[in-house]
Amino acid sequence: MKKNLSISARLTLVMILLLAVIYPLLIAAVGKLTPGKGKGETISVNGKVVGYERIGQKFTADIYFQGRPSAVDYNAAGSAGSNKGPSNPGYLQLVQNRIDSFLAHNPGVTKEQIPSDLVTASGSGLDPHISPDAARIQIKRVASSRGISMQKVTELVQAHIVQPVFGPAYVHVLKLNVALDEIKH
Amino acid sequence: MTGEITGVILMFLIAVVLAYPLGKYIAKVFKGERTFTDLMNPVERFFYRICGINPGEGMNWKQFLKAMLTINMLWLVYAFVLLVFQDKLPLNPDGNPAQTPDLAFNTAISFLVNCDLQHYSGESGVTYLTQLFVMNFLMFVSAATGIAALIGVLNGLREKTTQNLGNFWVIFTKAITRVLLPLCIIGAVLLAINGTPASYDGKDSITTLQGDSVQVSRGPAAGMIAIKHIGTNGGGWFGANSAHPLENPNYFTNALEMIMQMIIPIAMIFALGFFLNKRKWSVVIFGVMTIGMLCLLIPTMVTEVNGNPAIAKMGISQATGAMEGKEVRFGPAASAYWSIMTTIISTGSVNSMHDSSMPVSGLMQMLGMMINAFYGGCGVGILNYLIYIIIAVFISGLMVGRTPEFMGHKVEAREVKIAALVTLLSAFLVKAFTALAAYMVARHPETGWAVQPGNWLNNPSYHGFSEMLYENTSANANNGSGFEGLGDNNIFWNVTTGFVLVLARFIPIIGPVAIIGLLAAKKFVPESPGTLKTDSWTFGMMTFAVIIVINALSFFPALALGPIAEYFSLR
Repeated sequence: MKKNLSISARLTLVMILLLAVIYPLLIAAVGKLTPGKGKGETISVNGKVVGYERIGQKFTADIYFQGRPSAVDYNAAGSAGSNKGPSNPGYLQLVQNRIDSFLAHNPGVTKEQIPSDLVTASGSGLDPHISPDAARIQIKRVASSRGISMQKVTELVQAHIVQPVFGPAYVHVLKLNVALDEIKH
Repeated sequence: MTGEITGVILMFLIAVVLAYPLGKYIAKVFKGERTFTDLMNPVERFFYRICGINPGEGMNWKQFLKAMLTINMLWLVYAFVLLVFQDKLPLNPDGNPAQTPDLAFNTAISFLVNCDLQHYSGESGVTYLTQLFVMNFLMFVSAATGIAALIGVLNGLREKTTQNLGNFWVIFTKAITRVLLPLCIIGAVLLAINGTPASYDGKDSITTLQGDSVQVSRGPAAGMIAIKHIGTNGGGWFGANSAHPLENPNYFTNALEMIMQMIIPIAMIFALGFFLNKRKWSVVIFGVMTIGMLCLLIPTMVTEVNGNPAIAKMGISQATGAMEGKEVRFGPAASAYWSIMTTIISTGSVNSMHDSSMPVSGLMQMLGMMINAFYGGCGVGILNYLIYIIIAVFISGLMVGRTPEFMGHKVEAREVKIAALVTLLSAFLVKAFTALAAYMVARHPETGWAVQPGNWLNNPSYHGFSEMLYENTSANANNGSGFEGLGDNNIFWNVTTGFVLVLARFIPIIGPVAIIGLLAAKKFVPESPGTLKTDSWTFGMMTFAVIIVINALSFFPALALGPIAEYFSLR
């Protein structure tokens, strides 16, 4: 017992040094060589950081493409999904309200066209992406509230659709909106 | 969608293709044969010298277990103290508070036992110091403990008659220096390249394009996320685990993390074949486990891709499946695949919120954890499967009227009793504690705990019951995923799941080690025409049947009250 304890204590110290000190420092050193220097890549407009590339943000104004509902209101100090079950009546009412509010802000859109990712909360609450359909369906609203041509916005959306080899296609909401702001100038 | 299905199939195939040579390598390492990692020899010898370990010294099964349990006990105390005093210790750039004693008790146990049930959120409940010195540290050593227990068992099976299961300290050290750490370094570097943070900088504050002020949590996460998967631990750096875009930035990292969590459990099956020179046996075990996995996976993928019927009734388009709790960059197919792999393998990391999964998926996730032996956790998956094998051997013996034998040793009353106890224990723990919780919700909803029982459940009705059942199932399987809507950071859940965790970790390790220790010490019985061939497909199917029967008898009534009832209410 005593021998076991003494070995345990010493082996624990050795392993702490190896696994909790050396290993993370090594990875941090490698991280310094990556584009975001291990701190997370950012997106800047005119030299000012407006967001993190991986982290989604909230857009409420009609002039911007909007992302998905978020359980943490896109504040990345935390992260969470809604954890609502598929049969929860309160949750289903919430989805219905989101559909109604979307239809009110987007005249001319029928509800069959609304893709489900626009009215359901993401797992992290920080999803930076929407599906291509979710972007296309907002083109008309964004174009008319900005007073620019539908064609221009459509081209922009088309240019922002990413189709990976295996995964689903997506549009990065922040990048699209940054590009949208640049049209004006 | 075809691309997404292809992606899932590829993720599985790549993991198996990589696991095969890894299994061969692991067998070589623990047989003491020459490998290219022998360059670690001087380092290990240095470790043994300063720790007072005599690497040549063998251990019988009791000495082996004593060594294992002593060091585990020490880690528990160490982790508890650090968590309770984390606010006063350095490396806390975000100024996070200390954990309450009941939460620290739960957290320390949970990471010690390779479960990682997290009743806190990574962004606010721990500091960089505890993330690295408690979480990240325990993830390595608990995985190495599981691997060491399995290697001890294999050592017992390898010799005709032996008392010696090998030296626990040596096996444990090599599991880290030769297997876990090298794999983690590769994984962590790939994650860092893809944008997972690795620096020690604290939270950042920014103003968004629209003008909101938000903060962004960061930290040296990449290393921990690697061992979280390689060691089948599953505890996330961030609250949302691998759904978080910094913890799992893109489809490539999603595939990488998935392959990382599958690779050791599957490699261990092949290692068993190489180690014991019974390749056919390992192929049969792999086959049975894969059939079991497919039985759980296919229904889950189908329902997630088809979407939520209640939302379909509202008349919107669900071309991308059921999206509540899922991320656009992964989609429903890869999320469904992950949810099954993480529950059968006992990782418990998530890339979508299981609480929002369809009822059929929730059912399959829980079944995966109840069985807990389709691949299973680092080392312990095969130990769980071994228990099923012992029971199958016993039942087959009864059917043909012979004293059952396993690997050339007679299986007698004592061994079968241990196996039966281990199986019954999990059914007891899951159901008893779920019943207790349900009782508190129904009868004492206003008990003055940090979260009152009346507020525990995030969803009403059957789904609410599923939240409690899932939590206990996950604790019992040492899985760590959750129906996270459950308000579990209070003394009731922290303490009850704490006990479930300890019992459900160590008894299923002690049981098989003791069984094999007892068997290996017996006289060797040479194979005869009447011997039951445990490496045949017939016996494999027998084991599969035993798994189905035991788990159906144990858990069907509880599942009927939760996900099955919800399924019928939603159609």
